[in-house]
Amino acid sequence: MDSVDLIYKAIYILVIFGITLLIATYSTYFERKIAAFIQDRVGPNRAGPMGLLQPLADAGKLFFKEEFIPGKANKVLFILGPGIAMLVASMSSAVIPFGDMLIVGGREVYLQAIEVNIGVLYIFGVVSLGVYGLMIGGWASNNKFSLLGAIRAASQNISYELAMGLSLIAVLMLSGSLSLRVIAEQQAGFNWNIWYQPLGFLIFLVCAFAETNRTPFDLPESEAELIGGYHTEYSSMKLGMYLFAEYINIFVVSAVMSTLYFGAYNFPFMENLRNAFSDPVLGNNVVTLVGVAVMFAKIFAFIFFFMWVRWTLPRFRYDQLMKLGWNILIPLAILNILLTGGGILLKDYLF
Amino acid sequence: MTFSERMYLPAIAQGLGITLKHFFKKKATINYPEETRQRSDIWRGLHVLKRDENGAERCTACGLCAVACPAEAITMTAGERKTGEEHLYREEKYAVTYEVNMLRCIFCGLCEEACPKAAIFLQDDKIAPARYERDEFIYGKDRLVEPLKTTETK
Repeated sequence: MDSVDLIYKAIYILVIFGITLLIATYSTYFERKIAAFIQDRVGPNRAGPMGLLQPLADAGKLFFKEEFIPGKANKVLFILGPGIAMLVASMSSAVIPFGDMLIVGGREVYLQAIEVNIGVLYIFGVVSLGVYGLMIGGWASNNKFSLLGAIRAASQNISYELAMGLSLIAVLMLSGSLSLRVIAEQQAGFNWNIWYQPLGFLIFLVCAFAETNRTPFDLPESEAELIGGYHTEYSSMKLGMYLFAEYINIFVVSAVMSTLYFGAYNFPFMENLRNAFSDPVLGNNVVTLVGVAVMFAKIFAFIFFFMWVRWTLPRFRYDQLMKLGWNILIPLAILNILLTGGGILLKDYLF
Repeated sequence: MTFSERMYLPAIAQGLGITLKHFFKKKATINYPEETRQRSDIWRGLHVLKRDENGAERCTACGLCAVACPAEAITMTAGERKTGEEHLYREEKYAVTYEVNMLRCIFCGLCEEACPKAAIFLQDDKIAPARYERDEFIYGKDRLVEPLKTTETK
């Protein structure tokens, strides 16, 4: 890797990090807007035009609030908790291919921060580390409600990771690769995985809601029973970090779902668009840039779906949550693996 | 429950449909300081003491409005007009003080109907704003009498 590549990678990582933070910031705004619209209200519209400066005002508020650490809390872990949550959340977007390849001055530039051949495993490993943030923060608060929230978060995440991983295996059986770029390239055009894996996608979607602690599975932070769950004792920007990490997780999970099931940056008739240009370099670059836009459109559609569901469904009871995870989703995921395996064998036998 | 009911997915889809319908619905919100609610033509708001076409106060302090008032919100003291004050007060007797307690007033408009001189009216575009002190709601002549300029423009 020469120095140009190194500089490009550094800039690209900074840009992706910035975009992640920006999207997470504005997710809070759109969350409130969407909630308001669904409830026949207009939502925040005072700070700036259409309330667009609301996230800045919220962040300013959080920064200037009193930093409160409970007397009997474990101070080091109390501060470490939101830090881990934030760090882990923002690490996971490193391997997602946000676009194909651009050709700039004869140089092939891939729109992906790090290409690792175990991209899927990396994401799942990093995302499952996120529960340590909640766990440490909830335990260090020395508050029984925080601890209950943390325990709920841990057991919920572990339970749903099983079903999530099993539903993912069916995708990996089709793709034969753990690299997200390879999985994305295989879904060229309209050959998306969702057509082969509708059941797998459904399971993955439900698990994604549980993994990001979103309604209807937001039991770790249920305000009615646990006064906020693991972040009961948090205030100021440490609370902000937890909320921010949740929105980054939603962004990452949306990106992963778009990549695995909805063809990442691929869109129908992309080959026709590529061939419409006589200059192959220009054609490739146009298709790639449109692909990036398509990728982000898919991500935003998923983020909208997350918020839409939040304002539609009520929260599950904890035993219902566990029953759904262990008794329904895991057997279904195993069935999905069997069906996929059967399908692959049948295809090999017939063709 | 049947199998499709136990899957919950049709019910969830139905719920999502309902919330999406509300998402695109026209909002009932009125952004208050910028927009105000459309009021009825006969809406009764804050009182005004009118002047006549020469700018003299119409009120003659007869007290009929105070008698008509079911909430007993109006008090006044009468005084006699002196020579040289003809341009200020239309009748020989006028109200030296005239107070309406906006906390007692029920905005029924009976004072308006009782007035023989067409001096008091309830405006259709003004309401008593919120204040911190109760005595600020007792409106005297300084706040009730119509300013001189508006008589010229009207």
